[in-house]
Amino acid sequence: MTQPASAYFMEERHDPNETHTLSVIVQNEPGVLARVIGLFSGRGYNIESLTVSETEAQKHLSRITIVTTGTPMVIQQIKNQLDRMVPVYRVVDMTLSGRSIERELAMVKLRGVGEHRVESLRLAEAFRARVIDASTESFVFEITGNSSKINQFIELMRPLGLVEVVRTGVAAIGRGAEGM
Amino acid sequence: MSDSNSHDPNQMTGAAMIVRAMKDHGVEHIFGYPGGAVLPIYDEIFQQSDVQHILVRHEQGAGHAAEGYARSTGKPGVVLVTSGPGATNMVTPLADALMDSIPLVCITGQVPTHLIGNDAFQECDTVGITRPCTKHNWLVRRIEDLAKVLHEAFYVATSGRPGPVVVDVPKDVQFATGTYHPPRKADVHVSYVPKTKGDPAQIRKAVALLANAKRPVIYSGGGVVNSGPEASRLLRELVEITDFPITSTLMGLGAYPASGKNWLGMLGMHGTYEANMTMHGCDVMLCIGARFDDRITGRTDAFAPNAKKIHIDIDPSSINKNIRVDVPIIGDVATVLEDLLGVFKAEAKKPDIKPWWQQVASWRARNSLAYKKSSDVIMPQYAIQRLYEATRGRDTYITTEVGQHQMWAAQFYGFEQPKRWMTSGGLGTMGYGLPAALGVQVAHRDSLVIDIAGDASVQMTIQEMATAVQYELPIKIFILNNQYMGMVRQWQQLLHGNRLSHSYTEAMPDFVKLAEAYGAVGMQVFKPSDLDGAIQDMIKVNKPVLFDCRVAALENCFPMIPSGKAHNEMLLPAEATDEATAAAFAGGKALV
Ligand SMILES: Cc1cc2nc3c(=O)[nH]c(=O)nc-3n(C[C@H](O)[C@H](O)[C@H](O)COP(=O)(O)OP(=O)(O)OC[C@H]3O[C@@H](n4cnc5c(N)ncnc54)[C@H](O)[C@@H]3O)c2cc1C
Ligand SMILES: Cc1ncc(C[n+]2csc(CCOP(=O)(O)OP(=O)(O)O)c2C)c(N)n1
Ligand SMILES: [Mg+2]
Repeated sequence: MTQPASAYFMEERHDPNETHTLSVIVQNEPGVLARVIGLFSGRGYNIESLTVSETEAQKHLSRITIVTTGTPMVIQQIKNQLDRMVPVYRVVDMTLSGRSIERELAMVKLRGVGEHRVESLRLAEAFRARVIDASTESFVFEITGNSSKINQFIELMRPLGLVEVVRTGVAAIGRGAEGM
Repeated sequence: MSDSNSHDPNQMTGAAMIVRAMKDHGVEHIFGYPGGAVLPIYDEIFQQSDVQHILVRHEQGAGHAAEGYARSTGKPGVVLVTSGPGATNMVTPLADALMDSIPLVCITGQVPTHLIGNDAFQECDTVGITRPCTKHNWLVRRIEDLAKVLHEAFYVATSGRPGPVVVDVPKDVQFATGTYHPPRKADVHVSYVPKTKGDPAQIRKAVALLANAKRPVIYSGGGVVNSGPEASRLLRELVEITDFPITSTLMGLGAYPASGKNWLGMLGMHGTYEANMTMHGCDVMLCIGARFDDRITGRTDAFAPNAKKIHIDIDPSSINKNIRVDVPIIGDVATVLEDLLGVFKAEAKKPDIKPWWQQVASWRARNSLAYKKSSDVIMPQYAIQRLYEATRGRDTYITTEVGQHQMWAAQFYGFEQPKRWMTSGGLGTMGYGLPAALGVQVAHRDSLVIDIAGDASVQMTIQEMATAVQYELPIKIFILNNQYMGMVRQWQQLLHGNRLSHSYTEAMPDFVKLAEAYGAVGMQVFKPSDLDGAIQDMIKVNKPVLFDCRVAALENCFPMIPSGKAHNEMLLPAEATDEATAAAFAGGKALV
């Protein structure tokens, strides 16, 4: 196929996308999150989920966990771009290391009476979700797990009167004795 | 009590700390423009004489001047501008410096901390606006942090892959008193420690490839210039002992001398036929401090399809970005080349590549830079050749604007040394060359500094002629005046059915009168026979000159790799007939 005449070279790329979870240790200074997010939006990378919090207060370190998708070349580029930012200490690809645990927390609100209420409680138990608020016609469940477990739970709740969902996004940590 | 305090020489205001930090980092010149939010700093500048301030006429001029200063010296360029419009006017040079890896330290004034976020007079979110166009930036809210941030700023701008940084200082912090400390190790940003030494195992792999190459090429870039004079020396030694052909990007010109026998000329979209064909046909490519830019690669799936690629770069994000390479080596060019040469000399012999050189010779014989000579009008290529002949023996620095004249300068001016060539490559900023020449001249008072300019570009920062006159900077603005935005017109001719939409330079100023209005010297030539004499006159004048060189209006820049084509599908000048051009550019409507 001929491309439109242009000063740029337009090519389609067909590499399949992969999903990776990255842990990024950053200096907890003003604007650091804006820098990371700006990098993703500025360079057209995807953010599926992002969590951030200070993790070592005395060293002023925060940990950002990002779930992103892209071709292997783009994922590598994302890691390199993050790594060269001045306030970034380390970037670890939790997916590549293959030895990480990922968890997310969701709160799921349901409205319903009768059979639906009973069914939702039964499922919640199977998923180890806890009731953290209840009224005569509603529940709020709290559930933690990996993203696919949470997705599954939400899908099951949908026909039972799902009102809204809030999720924290993924936090990830390596298995075993070593820290990152 | 208060006495002992007032005698502590390290107790000072924020404004004084800024000037003091500049001195401690060896800054001799800064480029700037005053305003409400930086007046305390200007007051400090007034009361000392170690740091000389150059007053420009527009903040963009300060930024490009600092870029020229930095590129020609290897030291960081320093800029001082006020809040709001002062800072926003700096955005273009910051973006330019980021693209071309130029170290700049830019101090911006900011409204007092308690007013930040209130839409105060001349407030803008400087760190927000400049975040994507700096290597890093800081808003300093406390006097206690100022000294450390200033030292960090110099460190970040100049280490690893160099780039621009901004330090935004609110006016109350400039007035506040605190304790200054001189630069020390601890101010090195702990999380930013670029790797300079290449992995020995990778270097061994590279040497093995080089030693067994049959059709090698060295593709060098701006990173060699960034790395310093030692890198250029080692590059020359490498070429000497391997006898490999070498080409370079626009940004790397001069690292290897244009008179060297292995030189192929520049590669890429407007590079020579031999450079691009050698790249296309090679079996081993050694990329040194270049970033596989799209002006170089053309179609990435057809880029050097049979080559094993080695890439030396200090920035891991430059590696495998556009082109997948076989042997990445992360490190500083000079450091890596030194190790690589060591291994090569100890363990390898230069391969026999005679047949390859014969092939290269046949490409060279195509004479891809040929152009039609004329005795009636000055051909732009001819003008550059004559300028080169007249200045080659001298201590000369060349800057450019952006357009056809820039490409002709790259093709026809022979650079023998690094840091002699200042051009806006990545961002392609029209208006760069005149202020950049100013900055170069500030650093090299006795050298000949020439901006090879276009008639359209030069009008973007022409106001800096006043700066040149004020500081007696005898820069020479050599305008290849084709009365068009030639490069735009060329694309319109090639891609948009010759509809020349808004690319004619209407209402052209009289450059001679304009020069005189500024107190500079104006010159104009029309005829090839007058050119040499006029150039000599220009060189002799010890004043800024606007040289209006009227050239063939409709000449286009070749060779050229049409969009979406590979290196072996170049359009050569002799072949650039209307039909060939139409075929090469066949396709739908242009997107840009
Ligand atoms: C109108 C126009 C036309 C153009 N046409 C062409 C053309 O035909 N051919 C051409 O070549 N260019 C052309 N350009 C320029 C082009 O856009 C790019 O700016 C240029 O090709 C990039 O050069 P480079 O790869 O050397 O990279 P640079 O931008 O100079 O980057 C340097 C690389 O070296 C690395 N580096 C920096 N310091 C070090 C160090 N100390 N050690 C190791 N690595 C280091 C950096 O990380 C980076 O990857 C054109 C520009 C314009 C405006
Ligand atoms: C600030 C800016 N605006 C627009 C462009 C797009 N552009 C690239 S080259 C060019 C024309 C340059 O004309 P001139 O300076 O006369 O140079 P010539 O090509 O004629 O040699 C333009 C408008 C640019 N590079 N920079
Ligand atoms: Mg022009």
